[in-house]
Amino acid sequence: MSLAVFKRSAEASKQSTNTLSCDCGDNVPAAFARAARPRKPLIARVDWRGAVLPIAAIAIWWAISEAHVVKSGLLVSPAQVLATAWQQIVSGALFKALSASLAREASGFVIGTLGGLLLGSALGFSRLATRMIGPSFDTFKQISLFAWIPLISVWFGLGDAAKVVFLSLAALLPVAAHTCDGIHAVPRAYIEVARAFRYSRWQLIRAVILPAALPSIFTGLYLALIYSWLATLGAEYLLVAGSGIGNTLIDGSEQFRMDLVLFGVVVVGVTGWALNALARAVERAMFARRSQAAAR
Amino acid sequence: MTSSTLSDSIDILHVSKRYARQDGTPLAVLDDISLRVRPGEFVSVLGSSGCGKSTLLRLIAGLDTDYNGEIVVAGDKVRDTSLERGIVFQDHRLFPWLTASQNVLAALRNAPLSAKQKRDAVAQHIALVGLNGFEHAYPHQLSGGMAQRVAIARGLVNRPRVLLLDEPFSALDALTRGRLQDELQRIWEHEGITMILVTHDVDEALYLGDRVVTMAPRPGRIKRIVDVALPRARDRNDPRFIRLREEVLADFAGHDGERGEDDTPHGGTRIPIVNPPITEWRLAW
Repeated sequence: MSLAVFKRSAEASKQSTNTLSCDCGDNVPAAFARAARPRKPLIARVDWRGAVLPIAAIAIWWAISEAHVVKSGLLVSPAQVLATAWQQIVSGALFKALSASLAREASGFVIGTLGGLLLGSALGFSRLATRMIGPSFDTFKQISLFAWIPLISVWFGLGDAAKVVFLSLAALLPVAAHTCDGIHAVPRAYIEVARAFRYSRWQLIRAVILPAALPSIFTGLYLALIYSWLATLGAEYLLVAGSGIGNTLIDGSEQFRMDLVLFGVVVVGVTGWALNALARAVERAMFARRSQAAAR
Repeated sequence: MTSSTLSDSIDILHVSKRYARQDGTPLAVLDDISLRVRPGEFVSVLGSSGCGKSTLLRLIAGLDTDYNGEIVVAGDKVRDTSLERGIVFQDHRLFPWLTASQNVLAALRNAPLSAKQKRDAVAQHIALVGLNGFEHAYPHQLSGGMAQRVAIARGLVNRPRVLLLDEPFSALDALTRGRLQDELQRIWEHEGITMILVTHDVDEALYLGDRVVTMAPRPGRIKRIVDVALPRARDRNDPRFIRLREEVLADFAGHDGERGEDDTPHGGTRIPIVNPPITEWRLAW
């Protein structure tokens, strides 16, 4: 009995978080009875201690550049970066570069995700596909994406087509791997329940396997979004043609304009953060009700 | 389901079950089990872990059809799972992405009922297990006892002839377990269906069963069938109840020499079973 309870605790996070608590009298568990607490104002909710380090770094940077201790064109002042940022925004250069990058990221993400879902489901559901494609896929996974750049540039040139192919690959791998894993990880206990209720194969897939695998599939999509954004930068850097935020960085570095480089870095960071936040918000909306663990 | 005729009985005839071990030698799990369960009867199957009692239940459910012998329910040989046989597992096995009532409804997916009839059946069974007000709670919001209530409602909602219960209360604390046992007895009396309860709890077996079938391990076989001719609701402190309990316990104690090695059968090599049953971690078989 104690062993069973102990083992259950491993399952607890997945299934029923209240199994281990003493529920004298089948009490209403707190999670269900608790009314929504009033939210604190934003200023009190955010932990501002995390801002100390960046603010200190910027202050030191500003102090050094103001004091003119270092005589180098490579050290630019924060003011100059701000001026460049303003100029980039007003001239529309930022919009042009960022929209080009995001369009690429989006098309690569969509193509890669669709391919990944197809490949992952095939690997997850079909034993034949697992036997035939599985070993190749597992080997392919191990090859660094950047190793394909020479081949891609030979086949597709340096333009948008080559970049989208590269991005699609970056998105396909995590989606396919997580879709396949998610399908394989569906507890056999659930499949037995479905058998007891005489579910057809299609009902089993639709009503049991897909919902059970959904969190894992979503993790794959989330990673694909992040990877394809990272790969967007890589593609623009290595397949230099056209415009994009990566090209802004290259221009800055070639012209020794550190203000432009730093501005580009900030834009890349903020965009990545925004994509991450977007994915998290979608995930929370999808899984908040299902389990407390998934929402965190 | 109201007119329980003689043909509603469950006949288990010379059932044997073996698993192939990794080295190819078969491992006998059940050996020549014969048992007749009368319509509307409550039978407890009692045994220590590894005696094959859960395997027997899975065979009756139709989750495992690879065995020798015959299991006949209401005149038909068991070949597959059936909505006529509901099952409640030890771990409640509710789908975490569905609410309590959706989980019960999931059992009705292939029932020949209209959408409205299904809704009514779900509401009725949620009420039967006393979970009014929790229809829209997700499994993670329910306590272990409440989740098991949902699982019982799910097992009953198809109005099966038989409800099979595989150690349904063993993961619950003592107070909740006692309450759910009373609840189950009430439901059994109310619905008038046949129930087969697998348990390793002597007290539970005697408290609920019309008959208690005790099993001995390796290979799993029926040792004794005890008639519990005590009026319900039973009193655990009734001297007759205590005497029966002593008797059954003594039966198991007499077995102790074997049981010592039972915990690690075959020199601790419990793992090398090819094709283990899908009872995941709970039992070796």
